[in-house]
Amino acid sequence: MKFKPRHIFFILSVLFLIYSFSIYIKPLSIKENARFDKEQASKGRLVWQAYNCQSCHQLYSLGGYLGPDLTNIISDSNKGEKIVRAFVKSGTKQMPTFNLTDHEMDLLIEFLKSTDASGKSDVRGFSINKFGMIKKNENK
Amino acid sequence: MKISKYNIGNLFLVTSLCMLVLGLLFGVLAAIIYIFPNFLKHQLGFVSLRPLHVSSAIFWIILGATGCIYNGLKQYITKPKTYKIALIQWILWIVAITGIVISYFNKDFGGREYWEFNPIWALPIAIAWMLFLVNFYLLVKKIKDWPVYIWMWLTGVIFFFFTFSENYLWIFPYFREHFITDMTIQWKVNGSLVGSWNQILYGTAFFLMDKISKSKNTGTNKFAFAMYFLGLFNLMFNWGHHIYTLPTENYIRYIGYIVSMTEWIFFIKIIYDWKASISKFQKKYYYFPYRFLMAADIWVFLNLGQAILMSIPAINIYTHGTHITVAHAMGTTIGINTMILLAVCFEFFNRKEKSNYLNYLFWILQISLLVFWLSLNGAGIQKGIWQLSSHQESYSKMMESLRPYFIVFAIAAFGILISLGAIAILLIKKATINEYNN
Repeated sequence: MKFKPRHIFFILSVLFLIYSFSIYIKPLSIKENARFDKEQASKGRLVWQAYNCQSCHQLYSLGGYLGPDLTNIISDSNKGEKIVRAFVKSGTKQMPTFNLTDHEMDLLIEFLKSTDASGKSDVRGFSINKFGMIKKNENK
Repeated sequence: MKISKYNIGNLFLVTSLCMLVLGLLFGVLAAIIYIFPNFLKHQLGFVSLRPLHVSSAIFWIILGATGCIYNGLKQYITKPKTYKIALIQWILWIVAITGIVISYFNKDFGGREYWEFNPIWALPIAIAWMLFLVNFYLLVKKIKDWPVYIWMWLTGVIFFFFTFSENYLWIFPYFREHFITDMTIQWKVNGSLVGSWNQILYGTAFFLMDKISKSKNTGTNKFAFAMYFLGLFNLMFNWGHHIYTLPTENYIRYIGYIVSMTEWIFFIKIIYDWKASISKFQKKYYYFPYRFLMAADIWVFLNLGQAILMSIPAINIYTHGTHITVAHAMGTTIGINTMILLAVCFEFFNRKEKSNYLNYLFWILQISLLVFWLSLNGAGIQKGIWQLSSHQESYSKMMESLRPYFIVFAIAAFGILISLGAIAILLIKKATINEYNN
């Protein structure tokens, strides 16, 4: 059989759909994490989005460039939850003040606890294998 | 402007040019904030200016891509039904754009990375795109033995719809409750969405080359199809290179890495064709559609080379989250997508005369863009070194040290605003005059 463009297009599209669905079903195999409330964190994600925090801040170095990465701010010994609450309420030289309600603030903190529990974003914690792929060091 | 059934493609192109002018203005205002943090802080702020800039730029690309397809298939638009569907599609886009811009001013956001707005405005866009799918099918079903650019347009139209829908999976708590899966899907979408409009624009570049060279071979030869399928393969599977540092599945990272490395084939092909391209370029120097296509080729070379290197994880940890990523995004959007779209506008608006004024604008744009791109790369390299240093100073001190790069970046952005804005206004005027004369 002679391969025509539509055959190749079809085969690639089927592979793409299989790949996509393998990602969609991933949450089914993820265990609960006791360090945060999943439902509250999910609502906190909406607070993060409603105030467009991503336009200036990053999570796992993905996002805006004006402010620092906030993936692990909750467990940062120099910052933590109190600093987050203070910065959001009072702002900084660069960052405006945000008038979050106490409930919104709690949800946002829960979301940041979930990002913190998901892993470490510091790129210094990676080593490089012989294929040029990076691997997170367990202790960093 | 009189709208006849023959110029629906131009209606999309003129609208897209207006979005380009807006995108440039918002972009320069956002760039000023990097130097003067208090600039518009309490009025708009970066939280509004960034999405205003990004969305305007994306509207420029998507509406322009739509205009490319309608113009490319102009000879098949013979039935009033096709024209009406396209007009409803355009009206839906106008509704969505108006709503999105107003919502940003009201600080009503979608809050996702890259292209974000309140999901309510995704509805008119999704309906507009469904109408486009119908129209596209009605138009291309009449064509036998599709040249490669029709395949590329089809790919762009289908995959834009798929990834655009996928972009709203976060609305369901099932996806949102799992942060890493949510981030994985978000970057899958961002990668494939860009790939989908690139397919439409690169397809248009093929179409224009066919038209300019008058050889019907450019879009039908086997090599063109091989390149198309390689591009499609990358659109579907290379997006994992955005998330090497995210603790997602290893197979996603390896697939992203391996597939991205196939892009070396595109890169080698550009170098292989270089001499022939230069000789053709010299012959057609004053033919602006061709000149903008050649400019796009040079920017493909620079940005593709950079993208391939950034796709190597061992290099990616130095560039990830730095302004090198911004340089790449801006370099491809302005250097490649915008140059192709300008070539299209010059071709379809019939602006082919020799003009010194245009010549100056062309070179101011290229030089400004190069300075802009280099300054972002410079800032990115410095931030990359900071990210990996064992004794990091504070984030604000690091940002302060990047200030000289940001000053150069803002001046270059102003150069882009002046030159590209003037070209866009010239094209809008030309299109409007053409329509009145018709």
